[in-house]
Amino acid sequence: MNLYHYASPSTFYPLAGKLVSWFAALAFILAIAGLYIGFFVAPTDFQQGEGYRIIFIHVPAAWMSMFIYVVMAFWSAIGLAWNTRLSFIMARALAPTGAMFTFVALWTGALWGKPMWGAWWVWDARLTSELILLFLYVGVMALQAAIDDPRRADRAGALLNLVGVINVPIIYFSVVWWNTLHQGSSVSLTRAPSMAQTMLWGMLIMALAAWMYTIAVALARARTLVLERERQTEWVRAQLEGQP
Amino acid sequence: MLKFLFTVIRRDVLLAARRRGDWLTAQFFFVMVVSMFPLGIGPEPGMLRTIGPGVVWVAALLASLLSLDRLFADDYRDGTLEQMLLSPSLIALLTLGKAIAHWIINGIPLLLIAPLLGIQFNMPAEALWMLVLSLAIGTPILSLLGSIGAALTLGLRGGGALVTLLIMPLYVPALIFGAGAVEGVLSGTGSEAHLSLLGAFLMMSLLLAPWVSAMALKVSVE
Amino acid sequence: MIWESWQAFWAMGGYGFYVWGSFGMTLLCIVGEVGLLRRHRRQVWQRLKRLKSWDPQ
Repeated sequence: MNLYHYASPSTFYPLAGKLVSWFAALAFILAIAGLYIGFFVAPTDFQQGEGYRIIFIHVPAAWMSMFIYVVMAFWSAIGLAWNTRLSFIMARALAPTGAMFTFVALWTGALWGKPMWGAWWVWDARLTSELILLFLYVGVMALQAAIDDPRRADRAGALLNLVGVINVPIIYFSVVWWNTLHQGSSVSLTRAPSMAQTMLWGMLIMALAAWMYTIAVALARARTLVLERERQTEWVRAQLEGQP
Repeated sequence: MLKFLFTVIRRDVLLAARRRGDWLTAQFFFVMVVSMFPLGIGPEPGMLRTIGPGVVWVAALLASLLSLDRLFADDYRDGTLEQMLLSPSLIALLTLGKAIAHWIINGIPLLLIAPLLGIQFNMPAEALWMLVLSLAIGTPILSLLGSIGAALTLGLRGGGALVTLLIMPLYVPALIFGAGAVEGVLSGTGSEAHLSLLGAFLMMSLLLAPWVSAMALKVSVE
Repeated sequence: MIWESWQAFWAMGGYGFYVWGSFGMTLLCIVGEVGLLRRHRRQVWQRLKRLKSWDPQ
């Protein structure tokens, strides 16, 4: 299969349309499996009781938030290097989902921390880094929203995304450093309970479910973006005759 | 090549010298923001000494960011920027020159005012000295990273707030190491590590920021 | 099955508020995201159809 064939919006659009349903279905099945393991197979934790079950959503969300940012950067780099419209569209399509997972990671982190460590927010290294990651996502989205010209918005956002991705390891390092210096909150929220096999499997399957969901949502969002961008073309005009 | 750089720096500094109002505003902003904290939190000397380094650093950060969106905007508006982009010299030299000029105009006054503010927060002499030293390394980083933000947001409605939103997360390491260096003096735990890391961050910014900023200018202007 | 009863399941050993608050918010975000996506697509579709109908061609 010639992949370049799908670099064109007109061929990408129908393919993505079919793929969305498949990935959505996969996401649903994996989520059911993961939640079943999380709630009905994984045993009660010795130290944290039933509260630890939040990790089945917190950890996958945190993983996805970081993973999506990197994938965005990949598409941003491709777009800047080869000037392919679809690459920029993919990067734009991923951003809101990435921000959503970051928010979920922060929210569930707080709800996990409160019963365990007594405070809604403990400024531990991981949570603080997640917060900064949220700021990075918001920055890219705000920049793109502020620019009217789509081409400039694409490229500016891509550039900012790449600057961010290079900085992420540095930011994470500095936050861990900062955290260990201020020994007060040396408890690590994400020092998960000693992992039973089932717990690990549950997290992995939920992470996979989140990944499938992300692909489905990103492809769907990209389709709408493609429609808007390519509205002057024949094939879009033909599409409009049919069903939404 | 160096001549081009000096010309850019000289021009910006001269222009700023003729419009003193702008940078004075940023400096007064710096002083006022710092003064707000005791008013909001209370004047207990021990606590002020604890929060002092962080407060002065954050205020310096904000005061610097305030003036950044004008870095390229004035030249862009009257067409000078497009002319400069046509020049055969490296655009990275242009952005580097502008960042250096920004530091001379905004950063250096911050360095001079900071110790006075440190005194307001009951910081002892060694801490004051470390405050100035850490800011001396940190403010150029701000000008360099800020030039990227200014280039990306050229001509946009969001203005200073948008640049701030974009640059602040990137600046977190400098804030942590810089304020941490001063705290290292206050707590007696030493500051070499902080300063080295801050210095390394400066080196990295010096090498990469002008190029990224130049790319951002090309994206914004064409 | 680990749970003795449905009550025990919902109670989550006393952590019910936190566990269901987490999963609930996640569900809300997902439903919200998909809903916004659908709405955006519908709006774009309608706008483009309208623009097309005004075309002199």
